[in-house]
Amino acid sequence: MKKVKTIKIDIEKCNGCRACEVVCSAFHAKPKYSSNNPARSRIRLIREPLRDVYLPVYAGEYAKAECAGRDKYVLDGKEYEECDFCRASCPSRDIFKEPDSGLPLKCDMCEDDPPQEKPLCVQWCINDALTYEEREEEVEEEVKLDDMEVGLESMIDKYGVQKVMDTVARMAKKE
Amino acid sequence: MRYAETGYNLEIDLSRGNVERVETDPKLTELHLGGLGTNAKLLWDRVPPETEPFSPDNLLIFSTGLLCGTPAPGANRTIVTTYSPQTLLMGYSMMGGFWAPELKYAGYDKVIFRGKSPELIYVWINNDKVEIRDASHLRGKGAVETAEIIRQELKEPKAQVAAIGLAGENRVYMASVEQGRSSASRLGIGAVMGDKGIKAIAVRGTKDINLARPDEFIKLCNEVLQYIKARDQKPVPGVMPILAGLGSPAEMKLVDEEWHTQNFMWGNARERKRDYWNKEIEEKWKQTQETVRTRLISCYNCPMKCGALISVPGISTYMMKCFSKLTYTMAAFSDLDFGFKIAQRATEYGVDGFSTPQVMAFAVELKEAGILTDQDFAGCPSDSEGRFYWLLDRIVRREGIGDILANGTYWAAQQIGKGAEAYAHNNIKKHEQLPLKLGMLNPVYFLMYSTGEKINITQIEGQFPQAPFPTMEEREDFVKDWVQVPDEKFKKYLLDWEMRGERSNPYYPTVDMSVDIVDWQETMHYIDDALGVCAGLSAFPLKPPYHIHNYPTFISSATGIDMDEAGLKKVYKRNRTLLRAVNVRRGLRRTDEKPPEDHWKKRFPELEAKLLDAYYKFKGWDHEGIPTKESLQELDLTYVAEDLEQRGIIKNE
Repeated sequence: MKKVKTIKIDIEKCNGCRACEVVCSAFHAKPKYSSNNPARSRIRLIREPLRDVYLPVYAGEYAKAECAGRDKYVLDGKEYEECDFCRASCPSRDIFKEPDSGLPLKCDMCEDDPPQEKPLCVQWCINDALTYEEREEEVEEEVKLDDMEVGLESMIDKYGVQKVMDTVARMAKKE
Repeated sequence: MRYAETGYNLEIDLSRGNVERVETDPKLTELHLGGLGTNAKLLWDRVPPETEPFSPDNLLIFSTGLLCGTPAPGANRTIVTTYSPQTLLMGYSMMGGFWAPELKYAGYDKVIFRGKSPELIYVWINNDKVEIRDASHLRGKGAVETAEIIRQELKEPKAQVAAIGLAGENRVYMASVEQGRSSASRLGIGAVMGDKGIKAIAVRGTKDINLARPDEFIKLCNEVLQYIKARDQKPVPGVMPILAGLGSPAEMKLVDEEWHTQNFMWGNARERKRDYWNKEIEEKWKQTQETVRTRLISCYNCPMKCGALISVPGISTYMMKCFSKLTYTMAAFSDLDFGFKIAQRATEYGVDGFSTPQVMAFAVELKEAGILTDQDFAGCPSDSEGRFYWLLDRIVRREGIGDILANGTYWAAQQIGKGAEAYAHNNIKKHEQLPLKLGMLNPVYFLMYSTGEKINITQIEGQFPQAPFPTMEEREDFVKDWVQVPDEKFKKYLLDWEMRGERSNPYYPTVDMSVDIVDWQETMHYIDDALGVCAGLSAFPLKPPYHIHNYPTFISSATGIDMDEAGLKKVYKRNRTLLRAVNVRRGLRRTDEKPPEDHWKKRFPELEAKLLDAYYKFKGWDHEGIPTKESLQELDLTYVAEDLEQRGIIKNE
């Protein structure tokens, strides 16, 4: 059994303020909170006010190629793209990527030392559109890639492993 | 590195089609913070006082506030500044929404327009890339519609767009700049934008905003959020519902309109309906509001819900905030359903929801009085709602009588003559005011109405209750956790303030107390407007999260500038005085500083003169409201004193 951290998203309660994006990008800045930039956020609000679309989505796995999914959902009379719900950092769109480098971003539930009581986006959503839940689940342990590994994986996908190794070796020599 | 601000302005010369990114002087941030303060400085330095509002030499400045784009909750205001075509004075109108933080993330603190574009254009600011683009296909399009078209053609759904509608294109003096759920509506800012040939400004930014002392800053932000949450559970008792909580009045959330409908005036700010509100109307209005309101929404990084998405069946969706749901309703003697419908058209046209209904009600009165004729109204429907739609359409197109009405009640009355002036009765400095007519003079409000440079009470009034609490018990309860007061003496002012008798309006608060109270209210507004923090979380409501005691640390931890309460008060005083100097140089004098004649039934000329004298003296201004040389020098505004001296405005004795 493992404790699984989850966030419950109640889109009816979202007032569209994007505080979640602000504090996420600030928390993950280095040094912590030293800067903020919603374009770096690991949660994004899919927001189309005139259609009443307010949909907070978290960054999930990096995907090297776009998928075939282009279907549409109609929920409560409102039309959503399938992609709106997708957590992937994917070549088909610009969200969940570092704006300068294009490297993928992924929500880490603000795992930190010392640990946060709740992810920061939840703490800053005082309208409770985002609430934090923990549940026990039987899961197979898997090796989780850290930020740098995910980044490297995307570089390797793009340039090939040999070129990345050569570049790293060359840069290491210069240091 | 610059903190909180980007350190760059975007200078756009529309006559030459030239765009420049210009580094700003960090010293100016120390002196004026940003936003309104640095806007006033730009107008003083660069636009000579004889410049006509519709001259290419007039500047149109879209500014962020110093804290916009930082994590400070509610720091999202855009401060737009130019010379107003209506008042001919400095016009500063502000809007919330999402535009200012986006501009910061694009790497700029302000966009400064000068000159005029020969063709209608829009500006696309995408980080370092800035384009002036053809907007001929957007001519005549609605403001909300324009924003949507631009986002689609740029394929950038995240771009924030500020746009004008038909009213701005036609230089209507009530033209607004619309942006999502917000608008900069007052004082004809949209008319100047139209005059410069700018249909819209679209912005997208993906850069960082840095903080000097992040841990300290984020701690303050967390305190503000926690305070807002707790304050929400603790509405102030004994005041009307819209004043009990935080935010710009939560008009979209609340349905109870007993207070507005029975205390504000209907028609051309004339008729009070003391028994209007009843169960039947309450039910009907509740149903209307809950049917059209799809969602309560906020501005950038703010937990409040002051705005709403409004979808009236059969017409396109728009966003509304604050009091405009009632301005058309009450001016036309109609009901809420009409208010929501006509506001949609008015938002697309881009007009001020305060002035425009009054101008139309003024026209209706002139017609009833025989001053405007059947010929002026040829083709106009006879029902009240139909008449309002018809007038709105004429005004924004400047067709027929609409061409005269488009200049607002003051100028229209001058043009119409025949006694029309008496019908333009609700103006201060040529600008239409809230339709509020009261009995007994309130000394604090007398000063705020008369002297406010904003020329709009809602941006001046604030944290001191508007009326005394009836019992000592209520007063003691109120002052118990009143941490926002700059000084303990304000608690005493409130405790001693009675409904009747010696210590009641108009002689209590006393002249000196009134001046003190106004100075506090002004301090908070001027700081908010320099920082870009919404007054709905600061200067405007009772017991807000931002106040004079936590602002200095917000500023110093964000920017690295040393700031304490004394320093911040000095910045406020400097900005307030500079704004006054800008307007004094444009001709503003004591004689202009008066509320509408009929604002209070009971007036006290001697007391009013004393109030003005004391206020001017407190500010370091002379009998005419002109800052003295000494007070300017104390505020590092010697260059202002020298200029005013050279022009003979300050007499060299």
